[in-house]
Amino acid sequence: MKAIIHIGLKPGVLDPQGRAISRSLNDLGFEEVTKARQGKVIELDLNGDDPAAAEARVTDMCEKLLANTVIESYKVEIED
Amino acid sequence: MKTAVITFPASNCNRDAAMALEKVTGEKPLMVWHRESELPEGVQFVVLPGGFSYGDYLRCGAMASRSPIVKDLVEKANKGLAVAGFCNGFQVLTESGLLPGALMRNKGLKFVCRPEKLKITNSNSRFTSKYGTTTDVTFPVAHHDGNYFADDETLNKLEKQGQVIFRYADNPNGSARDIAGICNEAGNVFGMMPHPERAIDPLHGGTDGLNLFKSIIESI
Repeated sequence: MKAIIHIGLKPGVLDPQGRAISRSLNDLGFEEVTKARQGKVIELDLNGDDPAAAEARVTDMCEKLLANTVIESYKVEIED
Repeated sequence: MKTAVITFPASNCNRDAAMALEKVTGEKPLMVWHRESELPEGVQFVVLPGGFSYGDYLRCGAMASRSPIVKDLVEKANKGLAVAGFCNGFQVLTESGLLPGALMRNKGLKFVCRPEKLKITNSNSRFTSKYGTTTDVTFPVAHHDGNYFADDETLNKLEKQGQVIFRYADNPNGSARDIAGICNEAGNVFGMMPHPERAIDPLHGGTDGLNLFKSIIESI
């Protein structure tokens, strides 16, 4: 199985890199961009075949290491 | 007095911290490697040094805060052991949960490296008692991720309880409420982004950092 984890800054937390990206896109002529938020994606290969159990384990990993929940939120997807 | 400096892969202010501790205690601190599982017996003050532990992978301080030695440090700090983290050490302390909040990318996105004017906003703390009536000091800063963040409730609580020890006179990184250094509720754990250990000798360009080390050592 594979776990795909999307980690991003929580709403309301200033994202200076996202702001720089959106400004730069505007400068390149993409005026429709009004906001950018930058995050990261972590992919894990996992042993086991129980997606529900895997999701619970990966959520625990997010809480213990992968995300800093003071500033970040995360979303876990499990793929076969 | 027995003191210790914890060294992680890519710590780079561990020797500066050691110099500062030796200057104040008259004794060389123990240099403790991050893979150790326990602090040496009798250590009364621990410094987490600046640097780029584990290459800042994942988040600054994230990997270091989960290392075996920090697990032991957290347990002992919760029982009252005096601990200070400077720069990356501050990031490790927030990541470990010993101090509230988080350090984010600087608002201006640039690495800032310069002498920084600070205001002491609590001179009664265990880390500032020797400053007396002095409120203005200059410590060097050198960081890319020093933008202190915490939610309003946490910030209000920090201010109300006198846990904000230093503020920037001219905020270099976007830190909430100009916060440069904080301590925990019990007052035994302290973290700041600036480097007091790089301001302890006239050759450093200033000695404003010396009283911070004298304060905490004297309080033990």
